[in-house]
Amino acid sequence: MSRALALETVACHGCDLLQRIPRLPPGGKARCRRCGETLATRPADPLDRPLALTLAAAVAFVVANSIPLMSLAVVGRSARTTVIGGAYEMWVQGFPGIAVTVAFCVVVAPAVYIAFMLTVLLAARRPPAPHWVAELMRWADVMRPWSMNEVMLLGVLVSLIKIAELATVTPDVGMFALGALIALLPAIMVTFDREEIWKRVEWADGTYDPEVA
Amino acid sequence: MAAVTMSGAEAGLVSCETCRLLSRPADPSEPGYCPRCGAELVWRRRNSIQYAWAFLVAAAICYIPANVLPVLHTNTVTGSEADTIMSGVIFLYTSGSWPLALVVLVASVMIPLGKLIALAYLLITVQSGSVRSNRDRTRLYRMVEIIGRWSMLDVFVDTFTVALVQLQPLMSVEPGAGVVFFMAVVVLTVIAVQLFDPRLIWDAGRRWEARHV
Repeated sequence: MSRALALETVACHGCDLLQRIPRLPPGGKARCRRCGETLATRPADPLDRPLALTLAAAVAFVVANSIPLMSLAVVGRSARTTVIGGAYEMWVQGFPGIAVTVAFCVVVAPAVYIAFMLTVLLAARRPPAPHWVAELMRWADVMRPWSMNEVMLLGVLVSLIKIAELATVTPDVGMFALGALIALLPAIMVTFDREEIWKRVEWADGTYDPEVA
Repeated sequence: MAAVTMSGAEAGLVSCETCRLLSRPADPSEPGYCPRCGAELVWRRRNSIQYAWAFLVAAAICYIPANVLPVLHTNTVTGSEADTIMSGVIFLYTSGSWPLALVVLVASVMIPLGKLIALAYLLITVQSGSVRSNRDRTRLYRMVEIIGRWSMLDVFVDTFTVALVQLQPLMSVEPGAGVVFFMAVVVLTVIAVQLFDPRLIWDAGRRWEARHV
């Protein structure tokens, strides 16, 4: 089978139905006609826009993790916490499993996702992208379901309201940066076209066919 | 275009789960690696049903202590109090913030339970070779995949409550053993969802099924 044919035809990942993807207009989306799974999207600007958003997400991530999320005051005593400070307190209290999982879901997974996406998008600007880009794409995919910043933000808000009964709680800059981060992460996924990256990646045997791309 | 409904596997084509490239393996019993991205090729996720059941059963077992054991211990000058997930919801409801009580009830009680039931239903129907409402079952799978992560909410609420309320000797909050089991439920079901292969839903009753699975 020729490479060109293999690239035009896909098997749906929801049901394995073979189908040919039509040429999509910018902003278009193709769905599987059997199970409804999204087969392909064609964002307007598939390299520059996600790159800009990923850079912004990297800044928001650093701010959200280095500045306290909120502070609490009750009868002259005060306490404040950062994202990683929350995980650390769990460790101190004798729950290392929780501490590690929380740190993984809100720090490690999004950090790896953002760093790998940034590298992939930069490397793909000048095809052929080296073969290790494929490895980074795979790891970014593995990290995605574990990156739970939006769940954490809701969790922080719930705990804020619970504590507000007992003490004065003030949201800090970290909280707003976290808000920006959870808006940026899905925006990266929406504006990004995986197929566009795969077309630019060098194959495992080191060959690259610009005709196909 | 004529309505050709042939799955990739029936046509002898294996779809890469990482980059979606279709390839025709020389030896169908050992598809090898994707020529483009280098990921290992599989017709269907390996031992999908058995692994998914194993993680699902483990999660179901953890679900009981997760709801029975306290997730938080609150120590104040007047005494100590233990809270389970359900009593946390009731506390929120009686303290007047019913929308918040609803959020926590949905995320911590309904989503995990719904996920266990939905996955068991998918596994049982695939094992019995059901060919009914395939489209709805695929959609159910995607819903479980997207919504499931939100049940991590309670783990984050507990983590940040513990991190903030450390005002010894006035008041302090300690995590309880319930939160470990609760986190185990979430993590195990997230893994179970990833191990399940939605294409199995559509393989039932097809020619290909008998040959490979």
